[in-house]
Amino acid sequence: MRRMTIATAALLVGCGPSGSDPRSPQRMGLGREVPAHEVALVNRDVGPDGAELPPGRGTVAEGATVYAAKCASCHGANGEGMAPFPKLVGRPPEAEGFKFGASEAGLDRTIGNYWPYATTVFDYVRRAMPQLTPGTLTDPEVYALTAFLLASNQVIPMDAALDAESLRAVKMPYQDRFVPDNRRGGREVK
Amino acid sequence: MPTRRDMLASTAGALGGAVVFGVPPLPRPDPQGAQAPPPVRPPLAPMPDDPTSAPGAPTSALGERSHQVSVARTPTGLIAGSSLTPHQSLTGTITPSDLHFERHHAGVPAIDAAKHELLIHGLVDRTLAFSLADLKRFPRVTRTYFIECSGNGGGAFRRPRAEMTPQQIAGLASNTEWTGVPMRALFNEVGAQRGASWVLAEGSDAAELTRSIPMSKMLDDALVVWAQNGEPLRPAQGYPIRLLLPGWEGNASIKWLRRLELGTRPWMTREETSKYTDPLKDGTARQFSFEVDAKSIITAPVFPDRITRGWHPISGVAWSGRGRIARVEVSTNGGETWSNAALLNAPTPKAFVRFEQMWEWKGDETVLLSRATDETGYVQPTRAALIEARGIGTSYHSNPIYGWKVGTDGAVTFHGET
Ligand code: HEC
Repeated sequence: MRRMTIATAALLVGCGPSGSDPRSPQRMGLGREVPAHEVALVNRDVGPDGAELPPGRGTVAEGATVYAAKCASCHGANGEGMAPFPKLVGRPPEAEGFKFGASEAGLDRTIGNYWPYATTVFDYVRRAMPQLTPGTLTDPEVYALTAFLLASNQVIPMDAALDAESLRAVKMPYQDRFVPDNRRGGREVK
Repeated sequence: MPTRRDMLASTAGALGGAVVFGVPPLPRPDPQGAQAPPPVRPPLAPMPDDPTSAPGAPTSALGERSHQVSVARTPTGLIAGSSLTPHQSLTGTITPSDLHFERHHAGVPAIDAAKHELLIHGLVDRTLAFSLADLKRFPRVTRTYFIECSGNGGGAFRRPRAEMTPQQIAGLASNTEWTGVPMRALFNEVGAQRGASWVLAEGSDAAELTRSIPMSKMLDDALVVWAQNGEPLRPAQGYPIRLLLPGWEGNASIKWLRRLELGTRPWMTREETSKYTDPLKDGTARQFSFEVDAKSIITAPVFPDRITRGWHPISGVAWSGRGRIARVEVSTNGGETWSNAALLNAPTPKAFVRFEQMWEWKGDETVLLSRATDETGYVQPTRAALIEARGIGTSYHSNPIYGWKVGTDGAVTFHGET
């Protein structure tokens, strides 16, 4: 059976502020059909369950080597950051326990003490870093860098290796602190 | 020395500091004059005493501002940088396209519009890529909406300083007439499936910037736009196409849009985890804070104006991500009494409204304030109330009441500690 689409449903019930657009036919036959292999070239995102993680593997030690060669020039030898390049590593005791909201001190948020998902490190480094030559890292290099950054932030052991399965299994220390937006307008300031 | 977080979270403040302290203040003959450095211009022909005494300049291919008007954004020169709208130089509600704020994470990409496509895939019946020409064949809508960066005013919130201008305080918000196609029409074309609840939007810049957007917003009022104030988008605003999520934090309105993937959960990208989340005083961090709370700012008189005794229009802009602005109140006595300002245009949802109140200055020291209320009944809070609700640990999504102190000498300075 052909599924009814959300957009069709929306048109039927007149959902949305302006309802259905009387000028819009059901379908206009526009756009180019894209084959799956072409989609795969650009569909490289990795979500929090790691379902899309590619094959490959990398160790913390390998990551340290790649980091020194391709990242340290901006983020510092130990990930300490150099303005305007952000700090990547650091778990100062005063920030532990997710103290950011109550602190006036402007505590640094790092992968170790703030980021809720390990997969975000993989996804972001692969798509956006190194800043001047993004897209040049191999998947094993990205696994290795992710391992190095997680280990330097005391999330996984220094002798660890990461692949799809082990990265999926990493739980970040403060993941459960993240809550959805509860502001709804009206009189209350939140 | 500013910390990394200060740098990132309070771009406006950091940049603004450079403008105020790095460049000597310009003489300001009238409130329309800009505070920003003057753009480079060819030498001027001498101005005749009497403009009616000789013919003027011939017609030209591109219009230019008068040489007597000097307006500019405040570029940082960084590829992951920003550049702020000079609100103190603007009137009305539309931000001229060349003064729309910029905030990029990896520079402004050069994109061949003839080759650019928007791919829609995932939970769809038909995986389709739309060219710009395809998109222009759908029924079009033209709507005016603001875009405000999630970090707008962060620096002024964290560390208010007397020498701050509206550009530094609120320059990461601009208001534009956009033209494009409703997302609903595109999702109808691809056959969006019932199970889809989140959509990943991806840009074609070097950061391949990605955000997860709830399907409900996409089916509500999301647009894919290609035009800005009657002409193609400026490159810094997403040429050839961008996502436009009316009323939502600017970062989510992905510029240079190239891909939409329909799925069942958010992707937890860096921009919705490491950045743009608000750590609160209760030890949680608020995520997906999409809707912009109601906000207003007086744009005249402001620092570094020096006013004289007599009547002055107090003028400013207000906006809300939740709908229309219902009213803007102005206080000319530091918040003791408030009165409704006149709204100079009919408020429309999720767009700037210009307010104005005439005020006679008799020479006393005072503080001018503005306070917006939107159609949900939300009232712009003081800075103290915001800190009370959230704590001091976040400066994203800040919308405190902003004040302007008028000294007995007529000098106007920023009063941020409301
Ligand atoms: C040319 C300088 C440069 C190089 C080299 C570089 N980066 Fe970055 N990196 C940046 C900048 C700038 C940002 C901030 C970008 C932004 O704010 O959008 C950043 C951000 C990051 C972040 C996100 C930090 C946060 O707190 O959100 C991570 C993780 C990162 N880089 C990892 C790496 C890795 C791994 C490498 C080596 C493969 C690398 N970077 C190489 C400049 C650089």
